[in-house]
Amino acid sequence: MREVALFVTCLVDQLYPQVGEAAARVLGRAGCAVAFPRAQTCCGQAAFNNGFQEEARTLARHFLEVFADAPAIVAPSGSCADMVRGWYPRLFADAPGLSGLARSVASRTYELSEYLVRVLGATDLGARFPATVAYHPSCHGLRGLGLLEEPLSLLRAVRDLRLVGLPDAEQCCGFGGFFSIKYAALSGAMLSAKIDTIEASGAEVVTATDVSCLMHISGGLSRRGSRVRAVHLAEILAES
Amino acid sequence: MPDCAPRIDMLRNIERALRDESLQRQMAKAMPASRRARAEAAAELPEWESLRSAAAEIKDHVLANLEEYLARLESRVSALGGIVHRAADAAEARAIITGLARSHGALRIVKSKSMTTEEIRLNPALEAIGARVVETDLGEYIAQLAGERPSHLIAPVIHKPTEEISDLFARKLGTPRYERPEDLARVAREVLRAEFAAAEMGITGVNFAIAETGTLVIVENEGNARLTTARPRVHVAVMGIEKVLPGLADLGVFLRILARSGTGQRASAYVSLLTGPRRPGETDGPEALHLVILDGGRRRLLADEAMREALRCIRCGACQNECPVYRHAGGHAYGSVYAGPIGAVLTPAYEGLERARDLPFASTLCRACAGVCPVKVDLPGMLVELRSRAVRAGLAPWRDRMLVGAWTFFTRSPARFALGGALGRLAQRLLARGGRIERLPPPLAGWTAHRCAPVLAPRPFRSMWRGPRGGRG
Repeated sequence: MREVALFVTCLVDQLYPQVGEAAARVLGRAGCAVAFPRAQTCCGQAAFNNGFQEEARTLARHFLEVFADAPAIVAPSGSCADMVRGWYPRLFADAPGLSGLARSVASRTYELSEYLVRVLGATDLGARFPATVAYHPSCHGLRGLGLLEEPLSLLRAVRDLRLVGLPDAEQCCGFGGFFSIKYAALSGAMLSAKIDTIEASGAEVVTATDVSCLMHISGGLSRRGSRVRAVHLAEILAES
Repeated sequence: MPDCAPRIDMLRNIERALRDESLQRQMAKAMPASRRARAEAAAELPEWESLRSAAAEIKDHVLANLEEYLARLESRVSALGGIVHRAADAAEARAIITGLARSHGALRIVKSKSMTTEEIRLNPALEAIGARVVETDLGEYIAQLAGERPSHLIAPVIHKPTEEISDLFARKLGTPRYERPEDLARVAREVLRAEFAAAEMGITGVNFAIAETGTLVIVENEGNARLTTARPRVHVAVMGIEKVLPGLADLGVFLRILARSGTGQRASAYVSLLTGPRRPGETDGPEALHLVILDGGRRRLLADEAMREALRCIRCGACQNECPVYRHAGGHAYGSVYAGPIGAVLTPAYEGLERARDLPFASTLCRACAGVCPVKVDLPGMLVELRSRAVRAGLAPWRDRMLVGAWTFFTRSPARFALGGALGRLAQRLLARGGRIERLPPPLAGWTAHRCAPVLAPRPFRSMWRGPRGGRG
């Protein structure tokens, strides 16, 4: 049995714990022994993306300590996984004591669908989800980790799920962390375009690999009074 | 240094652009076609990715040996009878070119599209010495008539709806209000033909300069650059130091990626290879050729290891077409010559981070630009680097410092994280209705101005976790 340390991410922990539970259930169903290191907090991406690299390093150092010995680290988030894998090695490139650990932890960190499909070779996890679903490929999963086929193949294997295409799917939803607060109107305009395409797709549910994008999209959907629901990929895969 | 110029207020510029309904309609109409054209043209070539890598490698090689190639270019151009001028900055370049206009007695000037001459603000300087300067690229001509700067690297007036251009022509040229772009183009062609016939000096940019042969390569689609270089008796070509390429053999890669990335064409309509001024027995071409090679902050960028590869840029505009911020904000919101992702990198480098501090932050870091850049400039990585430099230089606004400070305070240990969650749950009692928050106080008010905010779950995941239930056993 493969041992997996679940990094739920700070947003899932505080806002969407059901996504963490779903991710654990799905990994368990795929034959993993799931651990949840309780000392985990945040990967530091929000600070890093806003230019605060010292602050990001503080959080990243904590992450490295918590997950130093984990055989595999799996997160239900493409952008957090990309932060660890893409940026940690660079953040600690000049830190003699930590550069090796940063590289090693980076190489053991995966986004959930990536781990299921690329590492475990699993696509059909026995899920059933009777709904019309559109997939929004989150930017950092898509362009950072190169994930598209992985989540789609998982969704295609779900019973009773009708997958519909999203026009201009690869367009950013406009979240961008603090960007959504600082450039709120622009972020809102990008969100509005995304929601137009979601509504045009005929989907009842929009899904993604990241709760951050889904939080943004969901906030826009409910502001607009839309009936479309935003549901994380892990939640769909955990339904049976 | 231009650092004394006022800060570019990107937020205000963007909000103004978003309120401009005509701009929004025009951008929504014009931009998708450019994106699609590039994507289709790139997808047509199985070797696209290797072309990108080859182009990036050639540029890196040139940048690593820049002074040597520039010296070779200079000696070739001189041997052919051209005169090479080196300009350290915009002011020097302006002085050289206005001096040439005077010394050649050439005050009737036509120009073909050149971002470098926009960068050095050449036209006002020429007008100040009494020269008549006319832009001959259709888009640039329209921008000049409107008294505006180009808003896009290859489509200068992409922000302008046809009706506005029609009004502009009617007002400035006394034409009827033509509705079809073809009619507007015909009017411009008639006006410009007379300008070409009378011009004494032609000023152009340079897409590529070949060190091996001293050849200047100009890529265009309207034929106006060819006329600008063939007809007047003096040709002044202006290039940044990074435009040099080793040999003619390198050109093939760049002509292919430039046409496909810029306009989605398989080949550009006109590619002029100009090797020296008119030689005895030739029937056209200028009597005098001047090449002005501009530094303008480029050597500083070259010395900056983290930012150097921005000098690979071939000004194709693909990153602008692809950028969702650019597509909503328009090029003028970037407050300088270069807009979009490459502008957010070049403007801080050329005009100072203090003035351009907002630009790198006005991005979701979606990385769409990185995927299309034909010379593989790591634009998102550079935006992140510039953000961190801005923060280190103390240029971050108080709100950023407060938000990130609070975030870091509450996430640096599990105990603080739990405390932060508990405080948040208390606070949201006042704010949440029906499982969501309709209005947050500052500094988070921007979020709820455009979408509902989520509520913290009754209990965090960490307090719900009861061990590996999902595992076998």
